[in-house]
Formats: sequence, C-alpha cells, structure tokens
Amino acid sequence: MALKKRYAMVIDTALCIGCGDCVVACKTENEVPEGLSRDWVVERLSGEFPDLSLQYRSERCNHCSNAPCVSVCPTGASFVDEESNVVLVDPSLCTGCKSCVASCPYDARFVMPEGYVSKCTFCLHRVREGLDPACVAACPTRCMHFGDLNDPDSEVSRLLKRRKYEVIAPQAGTEPNVFYLV
Amino acid sequence: MGHSFNRRDFIKLASAAGAGAAVLGGGYAVLNPTPSAAAAFPVQPGDVIRRTPTYCEMCFWQCAGWVYTKNGRPWKIVGNDEDQHSTGRFCTRGTGGIGSYTDPDRLKKPLIRVEERGKQVFREVEWEEALDYIAAKLAAVKEAYGPESLAMFSHGNGAAHWKTLTKAYGSACITAPSFAQCRGPRDTGFVLTYGEEVGSPERTDIENSRCMVLIGSHLGENLHNGQVQEMSTALSRGCEMIVVDPRFSVAAGKAKYWLPIKPATDTALILAWINVILEEGLYDREYVERYTIGLEALKAAVERNTPEWAYPITSIEPSVIRETARLMGRHAPATLVHPGRHVTWYGDDTQRSRAIAILNALLGSWGRPGGFYIQQKPAVPDLEHPPFPTPAWTLCDFAKQKYPFAISTIASEIRDATLHPVAPDKLIKAWLVYGSNLIFALPEMQKTIDAIQQLDLLVVVDIMPAEIAGWADVVLPESTYLERYDDLRDSPGRRPQIALRSPAFEPAYDTRPSEWIVKRLAEKMGLGRYFPWEDMQDYLNRRLTAAGSSLEEMKQLGVKTFPSQGPLYFQPGEDIHFNTPSGKIELYSQQLADYGYDPVPVYQAHPEPPEGFYRLLQGRAPAHTFARTTNNPLLTELMPENEVWVNPAVARDWGLKNGQYVRLKNQDGVEGTFPLKVRLTQRIRMDAVYMVHGFGHTQKQMKKSYGKGADDNELVTNVSIDPIMGGTGRRSNFVTFMSENTGAGEVV
Repeated sequence: MALKKRYAMVIDTALCIGCGDCVVACKTENEVPEGLSRDWVVERLSGEFPDLSLQYRSERCNHCSNAPCVSVCPTGASFVDEESNVVLVDPSLCTGCKSCVASCPYDARFVMPEGYVSKCTFCLHRVREGLDPACVAACPTRCMHFGDLNDPDSEVSRLLKRRKYEVIAPQAGTEPNVFYLV
Repeated sequence: MGHSFNRRDFIKLASAAGAGAAVLGGGYAVLNPTPSAAAAFPVQPGDVIRRTPTYCEMCFWQCAGWVYTKNGRPWKIVGNDEDQHSTGRFCTRGTGGIGSYTDPDRLKKPLIRVEERGKQVFREVEWEEALDYIAAKLAAVKEAYGPESLAMFSHGNGAAHWKTLTKAYGSACITAPSFAQCRGPRDTGFVLTYGEEVGSPERTDIENSRCMVLIGSHLGENLHNGQVQEMSTALSRGCEMIVVDPRFSVAAGKAKYWLPIKPATDTALILAWINVILEEGLYDREYVERYTIGLEALKAAVERNTPEWAYPITSIEPSVIRETARLMGRHAPATLVHPGRHVTWYGDDTQRSRAIAILNALLGSWGRPGGFYIQQKPAVPDLEHPPFPTPAWTLCDFAKQKYPFAISTIASEIRDATLHPVAPDKLIKAWLVYGSNLIFALPEMQKTIDAIQQLDLLVVVDIMPAEIAGWADVVLPESTYLERYDDLRDSPGRRPQIALRSPAFEPAYDTRPSEWIVKRLAEKMGLGRYFPWEDMQDYLNRRLTAAGSSLEEMKQLGVKTFPSQGPLYFQPGEDIHFNTPSGKIELYSQQLADYGYDPVPVYQAHPEPPEGFYRLLQGRAPAHTFARTTNNPLLTELMPENEVWVNPAVARDWGLKNGQYVRLKNQDGVEGTFPLKVRLTQRIRMDAVYMVHGFGHTQKQMKKSYGKGADDNELVTNVSIDPIMGGTGRRSNFVTFMSENTGAGEVV
C-alpha cells in the first residue's frame, strides 16, 4: 500500500509570462467545452509609470486541504480523493445545485453543459501514469511544478523550503495546495 | 477561358459557402456520466489513443511535436522531447493548433469568381475545373506578357512546391513579406557587419546569457518558443535583463532595468552605449583586435554620442545609460544584445540593426557562449529535377538598383511594380499568393487593392477565407498542416536536426494538400517533369534515404538528430574568416560608404506626433500569430479581440474610460473600420498607443474574428522606406481618437 500523497502545484511568478499555454493545454487534454475553463491567467500590475511591477499567475482549483466545496456538497459528489488529497467531483452524484460553486473562494468551479459541476482534477489520470498535469507539461517557461508535499525530497517540497511563497486568499482558511513563488 | 474582370470587387465569402455537410462534427467526445468519478477524466478504459509526428505551422518557429487522436478523433498536440525548437513543449498557439483543423469557418471547396446578375460572386467548383482555369489563364499570361509576369507571394514551409512551379513556369519573382515587412533590416545589418544572418530560429545563445538586452523586442509576448524557453532558463540562472521599450512589456517586468525610451530614438541610445563602452574601455580588446576592422573610425564617429547627448533625445538619464553599459561590459562576452525580429519601424532600421551588431562585436558576443552560437545545418540533399528556364528579367534586378543591400526580394516593391510597371514591357499580370494575407501584411492597404486590379489572374491558396481570398479569381482550399505531408524541416540550430510533418487526419471537406494540387496543376501546364515523384511519401522517402534515414524511421521518431559538424563557439585564439569584403567584422562598412550611406550608424531624428496624436506602436500577443490565428476557436477564446493601450493621463484628456470602444483615425485622416476596446494602463508612455496586430477582420465568413478588434495595418498609410534594403517602416503613423467615441466629445 503506497503512502498517502498530498499533491500540490508550485508556480514561479518570476518566470510566468502569462502566455495562456496552460489554459489551452488543459482545454485540449480535458476536452473542456467552448466558453469554459478549468484554469486561467491573472495579471497584476502595481505602481505608477515608470515604477511598475507586473505579476502573472496561472490559477485553478487549489485542491484545498480544508475544502469548503466538499463540506457544503449535499450529495457527496464533491469529495477528497483519499490517496492523492485531490478534490474531485463525481458527475453521477452531482445534481448541479451549485452550492460548491458559491462556496469556492477561487471561482474555480463551473457547470458543464450536461448539468454537472466540473473543475481542475490536477490531471490525476496523467499523474497516475507518472506524468505531470497537462498545464505543467506544456508550460514553455517551466514555471510550474507539480509533486507530493508529503515527500520532503520532492521538487515542490524543496521549492517551498527554499523560496518565499504565497497562496491565494489565505484568510479564507481553506489551506490551498497551489503555491506561488514570489 | 473564363471571364475577365475589369475591376474586382471584394467578395464576402459568406454568400458563397454552401451549407455543406458537417464533416468534422463537434470535435470533442461528450463525456457520458457514469456512476463513478472516473467519468470526470478524459481517458476511459478501452480508448484508442494514437499519435503522429508533425512540426507546427502555427508560426514560423516550426516546433516538432505529436498530434494525438482519441478513438480516431482529434485530441491534443504536444511537443517532441527530442526537438531542439521546442524541447518537448509547444507554445500557446502550437498547443491550440487543433483549432485550425476544427475551425468550422475553413475554406472547404475551390472557388472561382463569376459574375451573376451584375454581381461578382464565388462559384464552388470541382478541383479539375479550378486547376484547368488556372492553367489556361497562366498560359494566356505567358503568351501575352511572358512567364516573368507571374509573381508569387508566400509564407510558411508549405509553399515549397508552389515555388518550384513558379520557377518551372519561368519566373524568379518569388517573395515573402517576412523580409521587407519584418526581419529584413536585421538580416541586412548583420550581413553587412558579420557577413552572415542570424537565421531562423535565431542563433542567439540566450540560455547561457548572463545579461540580455532587448530593444523593442517583446520576447514572451512574441512567443518564439525556443527563445522564450531559453529566456526563462537564463532568468532562473540569474541573467540580468535590460529592456528598452516605450511599453512596460512582459519582459520588462522581468528585467533589472526597464528603459521606457521615447519611441523612434533607439539608435541614439545604442550609440551612447557604444560611446561609453569605448570611452571606459569595457570592450573586448583582444576580440576586437583579432576579428574586427574600423575601431578608430567607430571611435571618431561616436565621440560626441555621449549619454548627456542622448538624454534629451531618448529621455533616458545619463547615469542609467552608463550603469547599463557597465552591466553589459561586466557580463561580456555572455552579454547578448538581441537583434530582434520584427524590426521595420522607422526607415533607418538597417542602421539601427548595424548599431546592435557593432555593440555585440565590441562585447565579443558573436561566436561566444551567451552571445551567438555557430549554427549546425543538417545535410539533406534535394531531389533532382530538370533545370529551370532562365527568366529574361526579374524585378529583383530593378530592386537591386534601388536598394543595393536587399538580400531578398521585396514584397512591397513587387506590389508597387504591379501597380506602376518598371517598364512598359515588364508587367506583372498574375499573382500566386500562398498562405499570406497580403491585405493585412503589406502596408498601404489601398495600394495592394489597386495593384490587384491590374492583374489578369489572382490565385489564393489558403486554409482560411482571409481578406486576400475575397479579391481572388480562384481560391484553392488547402488542407491544414495536420492533414498533410510537407517537405522536411531542416533549419539550422545547435545540432543538425530534421523533423517530419505527416498527416494526423484525412483532409477535411474538399481540401487538398499542396503537393497534390501543385503536381496536378503542373501536369495540366505541361510542367509535370519538374515533380519527378509519385507523391509526398515517395518524395520524402527519397530525400530521407539520401540523408541516412527513411520515411518509416521518421514516422516513428518525428525528429532525428545528426552528429555535430563542429564546435558551437569560436575556439580561443582561433582565426576566423568572416564573409565580408574585408574578411573581418566590419565596425566600419566600406560597402555602405561606397553606396553613399553612413559607414557607421548615425542617429537620425524622426517626426514626432502632432498635438493630440500618439505614435501607433504594434506588437504581438502570445495567443496569436499575425492575422492568421484570430479565428482559431481555441485561441480566440483566450484572446478574442485586441485593445488599444492608453496611458491614464492621456485618457483623462479625452474622457476615455477603461473598456469602452473607440475608433482611431490617423494623421492622413484614415479612419479605422472597427472600434476597439480601450485598455487604460500605466504600462505605456503618454506619447504612444499600442495595439496587437492581426485583428479587425472584414471577412464575414470568419465568424469568430469578423469585426473583433481593429486592424493596425489600415492606419499605416505613411511608410518610412529603408533606403538600404527597402524595408517598410510602420511606426511613422500617428493616431487620435474619433470624437464620436470619446466622453468629452472633443479634444480638451
């Protein structure tokens, strides 16, 4: 029996150029319908001309360790996968009530044309094959890293030890598992 | 044969396209909810997944990768790990390449212009009829004006067979906007200095650079994949960047120094850098002594170009000019002053490129790690064919007299010579346009349209109903790069390497690959002997066998690397013969002096925007390539329209709000057809506005891009011609906001 994983994504904002390749790679890999996206890019500019600073962030479901979407789900469709700590949705149990959509501080969830809720899965189907999630594998800047935080020697663990990082909306208390190196 | 039109009308292809059977379907498999979370994943047990090798045609970088199908349907495209253009990672556009296949607005059937009830329309025809029509027209053109009167415009690797056909017909008039409308001044500037071009992909050794200088190059927004990847590697290794740009580009956001230069003054800054580097002895003395000539002349020429001289011109403070020059010197020779790619700006672009080349020479970066490496080219012999006929004349001869250092043909000159013939008996009467939307690509759009009116025949080969197709007599719908074989990719790089493009899908609709089209057309024209192969598989296999591979092997590998032929860098103390008249790197160019041009670059002041006008700057976005991809369903979703970037202080004067739509008008009173969205941002100077090129399509059949955003090209009516090589500088145009759209109603 393999040890339980805690999968996480670590994204280096010093390298991200906001090109959106992660978005297109996710859409094709996961066959996300037109008009919907499981990941997106945010641009943050601060300062005034000419003293400016610019940050790009590729955002998605944070696969929170304390996930409000899971606790509010009335049918159990939203759940945490035991082995990977990844938050998933079982389409067959989802009634499309959108409680989870409302509860997510990251606006990461949406309703599929078929009526069930969908979002980032950390490409668990690829991860189980030993591959990185599609967004990570496509990124031309290699600013995205994926791995197991329960393994102290993993690249993501080492990056978080070595570098300063942030999470989005820490005040929400969701304990996100997507980290941004700053 | 066929009706001749005295004047062509632009045909909106919407009226011609029949309903047509939906050959492609929705493109995506619908997930069938099952009682398991497994249904949330795209791959189910029993799915049949296949991959075929290709190299990308979404831009000119030509990354090699794999096209995946799932249960026979298009799925995704990813990079090939062996590929040195992509190192296994495709860019945004490459990843979105599937969209070029699934785009429902593609050209689907050959079209011929006909007149019906006084109105010009396209009639859908079979291939036989379209090719018979072209063959007959070309025969008539040859009879009346000679074969030299055919001009071919192209972009991309798929053009190879069309070029062969043009030469076999008897014309050498083959051109592409990629020279005089894009990288030409750089190529000429580097050839004049080093005797060699930087090539494509460029021989920049960015991954080893300790300092990289970008001058107006917005690497990262232009997604030149290999370079973007190397920039990222360099940054993570601590490379320090100096970015010169009137706009706070993405690269500027990663830089140690952003120099928000006053537009059109870059040459002054570069000369000041040269001045400091010479004055403070920061240059590589041994390298300069061994490899260059003209140091004393250069010193004398830039003596007065001090940072204090440059300050009022560029608005960059002298202390910053000195600090950045010292930073370059400190990291030399691993300092790369990037030569850029789209460099046709102000008409003195060859001289600016020369200044960049000279600066690199002083830093000793050419042929050194972190500067420019020595390219390795794979040896893949061409197939033999009968010798081409020798044309009695070519427009190149005339262009050479006007622009002595044009090292390639000038697309805009060929357009102009169509409109105003160089001699009464030297007419251009037929155009063959492959994959190049000349309406958007050539400046002075009206001239292009007027030139088209002079033609007896305009054939357009494309995958999309681009604007140029609306002016064609015959439109040939080509299969996308995902549905065809093309010639091998054998571009130079760090290692000699080849890549195969093979079809992942059967051609959709009634489209055909160019190899099929050209071979049949050639046979109809009596030129079949120039294509002595059965089909592309036969052609490729013969080329590959000669190179020590085979089609079978390449279908497995996609990419093959051959042993290197030599080192990537100059060896210490090595004597190098440069391909210049002196055999040295020419800091001083006697060639230029002989033709009456400045032998050392001199700063030239350019006109400034009149009151209430702003310099129009154009650029690229990572989601799109030129105007080619703006209808791609995957990419359009990422970036559906362009915006005009306006500094908030300027917006205040005009009462402009963020997100509102506004139309632009240029200094000649030319108004934009479509309004575009205002983006208020601190990221741009107050004397310029910026927009991404490629939007504002007028072709209604491109449903996703029609009327979305605005086209910068229609506002480029003032062109600054580079006297050295004929480049068409685009940034001499100034725009203002149409009062109908401004909150204030008029200028405050």
